[in-house]
Amino acid sequence: MKYQSQKVAYAYFLVAMALFGIQVLGGLLLGWIYVSPNTLSEALPFNIVRMIHTNALIVWLLLGFFGAAYYLVPEESEREIFSVKLAYIQLAILVVGTLGAVGSYLVGIHGGREFLEQPLWVKFGILVAAVIFLANVSLTFLAGRKTAITNILMMGLWLLCLLWVFAFINPDNLSLDKMYWWMVVHLWVEATWELVMAAILGFLMLKLTGVDREVIEKWLYVIVATALFSGILGTGHHFYWIGTPGYWQWIGSVFSTFEVVPFFAMMSFAFVMVWKGRKNHPNKAALLWSLGSSTVAFFGAGVWGFLHTLHGVNFYTHGTQITAAHGHLAFYGAYVALNLAMFTYAMPVLRNRAPYNQVLNMASFWLMTGGMAFMTFTLTFAGTIQTHMQRIVGDYYMDVQDQLGLFYLMRFGSGVAVVLGALLFIYSMLVVRREVVQPGPVAVPGE
Amino acid sequence: MSEILTKSRARNVFYGGSIFFVVVFVALTAQSHRHIVDKATAGMPLTEEVRLGKHVWERNSCINCHTLHGEGAYFAPEVGNVMTRWGVLDDPELAYEMLDGWMQAQPSGIEGRRQMPHFEITEEEMRALAEFLRWADQTDTQNWPPNDAG
Ligand code: HEM
Ligand code: HEM
Ligand SMILES: [Fe+2]
Repeated sequence: MKYQSQKVAYAYFLVAMALFGIQVLGGLLLGWIYVSPNTLSEALPFNIVRMIHTNALIVWLLLGFFGAAYYLVPEESEREIFSVKLAYIQLAILVVGTLGAVGSYLVGIHGGREFLEQPLWVKFGILVAAVIFLANVSLTFLAGRKTAITNILMMGLWLLCLLWVFAFINPDNLSLDKMYWWMVVHLWVEATWELVMAAILGFLMLKLTGVDREVIEKWLYVIVATALFSGILGTGHHFYWIGTPGYWQWIGSVFSTFEVVPFFAMMSFAFVMVWKGRKNHPNKAALLWSLGSSTVAFFGAGVWGFLHTLHGVNFYTHGTQITAAHGHLAFYGAYVALNLAMFTYAMPVLRNRAPYNQVLNMASFWLMTGGMAFMTFTLTFAGTIQTHMQRIVGDYYMDVQDQLGLFYLMRFGSGVAVVLGALLFIYSMLVVRREVVQPGPVAVPGE
Repeated sequence: MSEILTKSRARNVFYGGSIFFVVVFVALTAQSHRHIVDKATAGMPLTEEVRLGKHVWERNSCINCHTLHGEGAYFAPEVGNVMTRWGVLDDPELAYEMLDGWMQAQPSGIEGRRQMPHFEITEEEMRALAEFLRWADQTDTQNWPPNDAG
């Protein structure tokens, strides 16, 4: 650790990992309710568990981003964070807000817009925390060295916080409500968060591969340009059937098809940098997560996104298990794995020790990634059958669902693998204090 | 290529292009806003009752089991066209009776079948909810869903 104040990232990562645990346990319960629907149906109905699952996801990813910013902004700006105290106050507000939200969901107090169900006071708390955060990192950034990595990171963070304003805008007209709702949801994951992702990935590549900064930064501008050029008008792929004009069918189809480009570019970027890099960094697990993240993001967001993004296809698949399949792999690859890459890289530094337990950590990567991939396949099969029987043949929803039990059972099984992987990850980060598998002798050239 | 595409050029293309797309997007959003209000949802007035119904829909977090116009959770049927499916789109009284009967019968308690919870909803609110669903059902959704199954 070059700067003392980077240490605040540690607290953010701890809270994020705890929420990650809650998120996947909630997911597992949801998966089980699909298999055995009477489970807890009165005490803890599906909709409540689902709010906890999705909200915990979003909050922990954001906490991870905030922590990552507190870690990398000092290092890039070459100075301490403006105020460590503010950073902890921000975290405290977010923790209180999160506990408050979960508590009120459990007693049935919540809003009713998907992902934005937080009670109003929690939304305000998030707003206050966002303002504190922006002030804190911006003052650090402005006073220090400016790099493309921090430029892009700051821009992504500012814009995503600004978009939070749409969380407060809930018109009585349902179609307007939906249109503005996407200004948070789509413009987060398919525009502003991509900027954050590119910046963090760039930072990790810089540290892990030792490639020249100039090369990395040029790539980054190209990546984020393709992200925003496609992603902003790509919002149109959600404006096909909600009361918005018909021209979105063409704008949405064309521009969201181009949304594949930045994800392909990020994957290529990561592999090219590793190929060019001369550094033999000991943290191999961080490298695995970085490459894995960009690859799975390409499949989850790029390939599975394109699968249902053309309006002629989306007419049939809209709001089926296909959507759930895509949502899971995209979030996992782009944002879960990226955060775990950052944790894997930064935790040993923050705890002032060598990056050991690489093998356990890498095993958790394959367990989680294998589980999420399998979940995506089962949901894609379920969604294909659902699309055919319900949207083409015209069978009723519940009759179709009755035919899909086998897929939901397999989804639950893959969920078990994901939970085990997540627990193993947390264990390898926090508990183990010595190398479990001894590495072989170094520097033996291959045949 | 590295000669033509310097870092500062790449950065300027990024900033300039992004501003261009934001402007286009804002203009189209404003146009869509008007389209929604004047055309797509103009089939039925947005009365106080419909507003109350939307509030009831939100308070009970129906969206985290059902889809509405294809958005939401995938655990329970689409409700954007439920009034059509029930054949009561043009009959407010019958719509209320059908909905009320359905809600009172939940949870079904049938073993192995997905359960819909019981909700505390007054008669006034239930009527409003039915109106909200009728209002949503008359939206011009470009002929989505493909059939009444939703
Ligand atoms: C990392 C980036 C992405 C994430 C995290 C993500 C996540 C999601 C989620 C969670 C939903 C469901 C929203 C809801 O509840 O209604 C969704 C819907 C959708 N996504 Fe993505 N997505 C990403 C990128 C993409 C890309 C690049 C494309 C296109 C190439 C795409 C195409 C779509 C489409 C068409 C839908 C609507 C599905 C429907 O009609 O039901 N997504 N996405
Ligand atoms: C133990 C593993 C998991 C299981 C069993 C699971 C299960 C589920 C279930 C059953 C739903 C509700 C789908 C519906 O409405 O019918 C859901 C929603 C969702 N989950 Fe998971 N989940 C798991 C892990 C994850 C992970 C790791 C992520 C993030 C990468 C995630 C992100 C989401 C999202 C974004 C939604 C909303 C999807 C949408 O609206 O399209 N889940 N999950
Ligand atoms: Fe999108």
